[in-house]
Amino acid sequence: MADLQANLAGIKSPNPFWLASAPPTNSGYQVLRAFEAGWGGVVWKTLGTPITNVTSRFASFTYKNNRMAGMNNIELITDRPLEDNLREIRACKEAFPDRAVVASLMEVCERDAWHELVKRVQEENIDGFELNFGCPHGMSERGMGSAVGQHPDLIEQVAFWVKEVARVPVIVKLTPNITDIRFGARAASKGGADAISMINTINSIMGVDLDTFKPVPQVDGMSSHGGYCGPTVKPIALNMVSDCARDPEVNIPISGIGGVETWKDAVEFLLLGASNVQVCTAAMHHGFAIVKEMIAGLSDYLDSKGMASLDPLVGKSRDTITTWNNLNLNYKLVAEVDQDRCIHCNKCFVACEDAAHQCIDQVLQENGVKNLVVDQEHCVGCNLCMMVCPVDCIEMIEVNTGKAPESWKQRTAALA
Amino acid sequence: METPFPGADIHKPLSKAEVSIESSRCLYCYDAPCMNACPSHIDIPGFIWQIADGNVKGAARTILESNAMGASCARVCPVSELCEGACVYHHDDTPIRIGDLQRYATDHVRETGEQIFAAGPETGKKVAIIGGGPAGLSTARDLRRFGHAVTIFDAHEELGGLNTYGIVPFRLATDVALWEAKQVTDMGVTVLANTRVGTDVRMEDLVRDFDAVVIACGMGGVPSLMIEGEERAWDALDFIERAKTGKPLQGELGDHVAVIGAGNTAIDALTCAKRLGVERVTCYYRRGEESMTAYDFEYEFAKQEGIEFRLFCAPVKIDDDGLHLVKTKLEHGRLHTIPGTEFVEKVSTVISAIGQGRLLETLEGLGVAVDDGVVRVDEHMNTTRKGVFATGDVIYAKGQREAMVVEAAQQGKIAAKAIEAYLMPDRQPAPPAPLPKLTPAGHSHDRRTITNVTPYPVSAAGPGA
Repeated sequence: MADLQANLAGIKSPNPFWLASAPPTNSGYQVLRAFEAGWGGVVWKTLGTPITNVTSRFASFTYKNNRMAGMNNIELITDRPLEDNLREIRACKEAFPDRAVVASLMEVCERDAWHELVKRVQEENIDGFELNFGCPHGMSERGMGSAVGQHPDLIEQVAFWVKEVARVPVIVKLTPNITDIRFGARAASKGGADAISMINTINSIMGVDLDTFKPVPQVDGMSSHGGYCGPTVKPIALNMVSDCARDPEVNIPISGIGGVETWKDAVEFLLLGASNVQVCTAAMHHGFAIVKEMIAGLSDYLDSKGMASLDPLVGKSRDTITTWNNLNLNYKLVAEVDQDRCIHCNKCFVACEDAAHQCIDQVLQENGVKNLVVDQEHCVGCNLCMMVCPVDCIEMIEVNTGKAPESWKQRTAALA
Repeated sequence: METPFPGADIHKPLSKAEVSIESSRCLYCYDAPCMNACPSHIDIPGFIWQIADGNVKGAARTILESNAMGASCARVCPVSELCEGACVYHHDDTPIRIGDLQRYATDHVRETGEQIFAAGPETGKKVAIIGGGPAGLSTARDLRRFGHAVTIFDAHEELGGLNTYGIVPFRLATDVALWEAKQVTDMGVTVLANTRVGTDVRMEDLVRDFDAVVIACGMGGVPSLMIEGEERAWDALDFIERAKTGKPLQGELGDHVAVIGAGNTAIDALTCAKRLGVERVTCYYRRGEESMTAYDFEYEFAKQEGIEFRLFCAPVKIDDDGLHLVKTKLEHGRLHTIPGTEFVEKVSTVISAIGQGRLLETLEGLGVAVDDGVVRVDEHMNTTRKGVFATGDVIYAKGQREAMVVEAAQQGKIAAKAIEAYLMPDRQPAPPAPLPKLTPAGHSHDRRTITNVTPYPVSAAGPGA
């Protein structure tokens, strides 16, 4: 049995699965349920001056029959008094001393205000702080959340103020609603943050009701942009985690957030350089029990790979990501259809015919069946047919081009 | 028309949740096997996509566009032999419930009461249709869309033919059949009900008064059993019609009903008798299971309903003692009775369901070539008489066509198109102009077309290896 203990800049938890600062960590009652289910840590719903929320607040992106493939929200930070939250934090930490409890904080950009909040919160036995520079709605209009996260100089300044008084590790949570997340990450690092977490939610409008002509989620017939999250944001989050993990100027640990629902999602974040992961939408959709399989699956996976802990996993694939101009132009893959497993839905045919390179033929056999045969001479190895195949009977096969590897960078350098 | 059957409709409609799951599960195949297997070529992936998209009316339009009998076909089509049997999920998984989704879509427009199709601008041409069953209605619908005036002559009180009178209500409720007929007649069709061509009107008058005539009168009653006392046996179709319309039956059913024959009408008669409360209902069939013309799923259904099957026995005589039978055997593919194996079943009622006879007298007066009771047609449903067309069971011949509602619907479509071409040769659509010839980008030669030549050589190492 592998040891699943995770360590994010000195914040230890028995497993790498934390609940992100969000509705599931709104109260001690919920956090106790989460810890009972097995979650390794929680980032408490952001503490600050209590706000007033609106109804409704959430909306689902439903794809075909799949509800909450994505979701967005316009809920703000905690609407409960600080003392109530702190009392519950204390109770949870006492009941589960081995779990990580991180306090998410939000304040106006004033040194004294931040100092006061940090000092008060760390009177409790917390394991760390997460500075919410990500919330993209409501709070940002008041100069907080992503309004800070969109200004690297403010990120650096606030991180610095917090580090002046903080006695526990400080994580800076970054917004993806920027041109290049590395600028915010570098600023956090420069300000002295011990770690960064990403991504917070993405600016989004979920939709418009075709009959009422009102947006969703609607508040008395109106809406504002919300924060998008859930399974469909994972690729965006992975890219940003990868960017920061590979950036020498960032150089601090990362807590990966964005669309994590299973242990496999978590492993991908770890492989690209995250030290742990945070989960919200999946818990909102299915409840806290999902962590049981996340733990079991990750443990079995590590065993199957002969890994005793998470350490060999973290960053293992980090350096397989590079820029496009470093990719080998002379590498060639072609598709091949396993005729025995093909069910003849012809989805690969029409995908290639209409949207790729017209390299799959329907070849009529003597038994009247039209086999799908790849014209490997012209196949550009794009993967599309393999992706649309519902039974995974198309394999991409490497072809020896007989040419030495050559990247665009090398080719243009040779021409210069 | 009240149905006397408790728990009518053996097949439950899909729930909203099931519709969502089934419609999302469809792969939206290209060159889809289900569509290729549908005799009326309904764009099945297309209508399922529309259902998933929430456009249920659009789905119904797609279905009915290809098949005017789409609502009844959703219920009576042998889907396991057609679309669902061809579904790519058939082998490793459960096929998509195409029939049930089709029912969902057509039920939707039945409930909203919308008229899906409108008549075209009037052409002034007149067409007479003999028989308002599935074939006649299908022809009528498309003729009205072309703008031709249509008059349907039907021997029954109501339109719909076998859909209305010949299929047990727990498989096809009367209101579905009548709704389907009304969708057609609401487009402006003259209906002469209770009118039999040959007795009430003359064929020659139709040929004189109309620009085209369609023979779609189907088949007749159950033919003679050719045994002593056969007059005591009830005609299965007559029995089903009476049961379905609530008319008095031919007599008391009693406590043990025997049905002779093992086709789909026999199954209908058997299960109908059972549902009318008869204690014992037995099928007597002179051959074995493999020779039954009833679909496998129908046979299964009958067994589940508690029907007894006595195979390899042929009826000999019906008298006061009951039904006399003799055992049979197959030898070298030929059926023989076994002497000395005669036995009597003390049944209360015998129902004959050994197939349908031909309307020989009616067909004789039409002036068209008829082969063994089957009207001779070409692929455009032209009979041998100019301006006279035929569709449906009247052209059904073993080994050539199937006597299915979906076939009748398709033939009606073909006939209507042929009649349109016949009546309006000047407005036929021109063939599309050829497109410029382009080679796919990056290809060194033209696309290979679909051929039956040896498959393109595939090697794991790829070309040139």
